[in-house]
Amino acid sequence: MTSSTLSSPQPDSAHLSPILLEVEKLAVRYPLSGGFLGRSRRFVEPVKGVSFRIRARQTVGLVGESGSGKTTIGKAIVRLVSPHSGEIRYRQERIDTLSGARLRPYRKRVQMIFQDPHNSLNPRLTISRIVGEPLEIHFPALRAEERRSRAADLLQRVGLSPDSLDRYPHEFSGGQRQRIGIARALAVEPELIVCDEPVSALDVSVQAQIVNLLQDLQQDFSLAYLFISHDLAVVEHISDLVLVLNEGRIVEAAPPEELYRNPQNEYTRKLLAAVPSL
Amino acid sequence: MNPVLTKRSGLWQQVIARPQGALALGLLGFLYLCALFAPLLAPYGPGDQDLQKPYHPPTGFTWTQDGLAVRLYENADPTQALYRPIPGKTATIHWFPAGHPYRLFGLLPCRRHLFGVEPPQKIYLLGSDSTGRDVFSRLLYGAQVSLSIGLIGISISLGVGLIAGGLAGYFGGWFDSLVMRTTELLMAIPGLYLLLALRGAFASQFGSGEVYLLIVVILSFLGWSGAARVIRGLTLSLRAQTFVEAAIVTGLSPWRILWRHLLPNLASYLLVAAALSIPGYILGEAALSFLGIGIQEPSASWGLMLAQAQEMKVFMCNFWWLLSPGAAVFVTVAAFNLLGDTLRDVIDPHFRTSDR
Ligand SMILES: Nc1ncnc2c1ncn2[C@@H]1O[C@H](COP(=O)(O)OP(=O)(O)OP(=O)(O)O)[C@@H](O)[C@H]1O
Ligand SMILES: [Mg+2]
Repeated sequence: MTSSTLSSPQPDSAHLSPILLEVEKLAVRYPLSGGFLGRSRRFVEPVKGVSFRIRARQTVGLVGESGSGKTTIGKAIVRLVSPHSGEIRYRQERIDTLSGARLRPYRKRVQMIFQDPHNSLNPRLTISRIVGEPLEIHFPALRAEERRSRAADLLQRVGLSPDSLDRYPHEFSGGQRQRIGIARALAVEPELIVCDEPVSALDVSVQAQIVNLLQDLQQDFSLAYLFISHDLAVVEHISDLVLVLNEGRIVEAAPPEELYRNPQNEYTRKLLAAVPSL
Repeated sequence: MNPVLTKRSGLWQQVIARPQGALALGLLGFLYLCALFAPLLAPYGPGDQDLQKPYHPPTGFTWTQDGLAVRLYENADPTQALYRPIPGKTATIHWFPAGHPYRLFGLLPCRRHLFGVEPPQKIYLLGSDSTGRDVFSRLLYGAQVSLSIGLIGISISLGVGLIAGGLAGYFGGWFDSLVMRTTELLMAIPGLYLLLALRGAFASQFGSGEVYLLIVVILSFLGWSGAARVIRGLTLSLRAQTFVEAAIVTGLSPWRILWRHLLPNLASYLLVAAALSIPGYILGEAALSFLGIGIQEPSASWGLMLAQAQEMKVFMCNFWWLLSPGAAVFVTVAAFNLLGDTLRDVIDPHFRTSDR
């Protein structure tokens, strides 16, 4: 364990920073449809008791194959789904029991970037509305022009020109849309962003650009990431810690170098074998 | 990936670019303008009788030294309503003469009509009915009822359908079950019987304004369930879209999500549904009025006028002009269907928020 902390780039600052998120024995169930009047006793449980924590400014990678429950964990953290059991705490405060307007302060701190850039932007809204909307909610004091200029700043920050403001999502490429999604997440000035496979729908060349952008932003805005991917290669060189998920359970949690050097779990070895050697 | 429609103006431009769309829009624009300016265009009021001239045929035109004129007719055989033109006798058409007073758009007091002849002579563009009322004028006033009933009815039923279906789809749960069971109940009852039963449940002695409202309410009550079910389905599928999840994570309230993210994406559907459902209201009003339980005399509506055509004693092709409201209904219904189909053609390839 000690060898890994020595070899990681900024070991101490990352490990001593305060804990933002604590997930404890999280389980999520989806009801299966059917049954009398839609009430059903049958369910699937894609997440079966998962525990981990994320510190400020840290990147935690979450890898696992398709269907292993990665997105479900991300959605539970941003409360798009409610946990069946377990606890989620943010800065020591339970957020798995909050709902409705009481979640709003939490939503200002934890944001999400979605897997599918083609679906994550409302096709009927202009970019300035899409990026300005979080500002409207979380910075109600801003006037319309101020929102607009902030949106322009954010776009610039993610590498898009301000004249994108009045255009519609379909006028942008996948990579550009993902940048817009990042700008929307950044707008609330969050501390933690759940990145759900932010690059897996993109071309390889674009993937690197987006990953680099996310790393730059992490520096500039002191962000923590939960970086979800099915691809160990993407996760390993940006994560401080990698969680390996298999069928809803975390089978291994280790810094990436250690994971590579000495995988403890059979499933991890299988994942590693699928990664082209770098 | 299809380009997604983004601006409403783009939509209408595409509709007009298609011949059938331009035709439908042109026809409807013409009809609604006629209805809007009915009191100006109509030479007589809807109830102006002339008992000397029942079943008068459409007047013929001639050209005299005073300008365009209409022929005058004499009633050759009152028992058969047989009219013959009187050779050499004409009445000159005046443009913008003063006639009976009215309020244009219900506001501007006005006495002028587009055209007319010197009373007591009459100009009957489309003949007269059993009490000598001008069919052309009544057709125009009837258009006000028949055409507006569709618009108002569809607004109410789509409004109710949108609220019920949208909330049911978005929130699910008991409200969803309640709405769906109610729509199933409404849809299981044959529409015509329900229509008759509802109409029968209310006293028949209503003023014409009240009857108009009653018809609109009854038709909307019958019409909202289909819209609600479709809107619920669309809302359900939209709700699962990532951009709605993104809006939730952003911290938007459900109302704001419904208003800002779901409604604009439902707009295309609503437009098509409106165009395709309006004929139902026009026909519904016509059917009720035809059966004598709709719009009451002396108001005019197309259905009521058709009902009177049916009362005729002698019905050969003699009095074809009395069927002109039927032609008006037909043209309007066809135009709305054409518009709806064109809209659907334009929208459908794009009416998918998912690009997968
Ligand atoms: N709304 C839902 N209702 C029922 N089952 C669901 C629902 N969402 C996901 N599941 C199921 O839960 C399991 C985990 O899904 P999840 O999306 O979390 O996987 P993932 O690891 O993100 O996969 P991928 O890499 O393909 O995105 C899958 O078997 C999926 O079918
Ligand atoms: Mg996923």
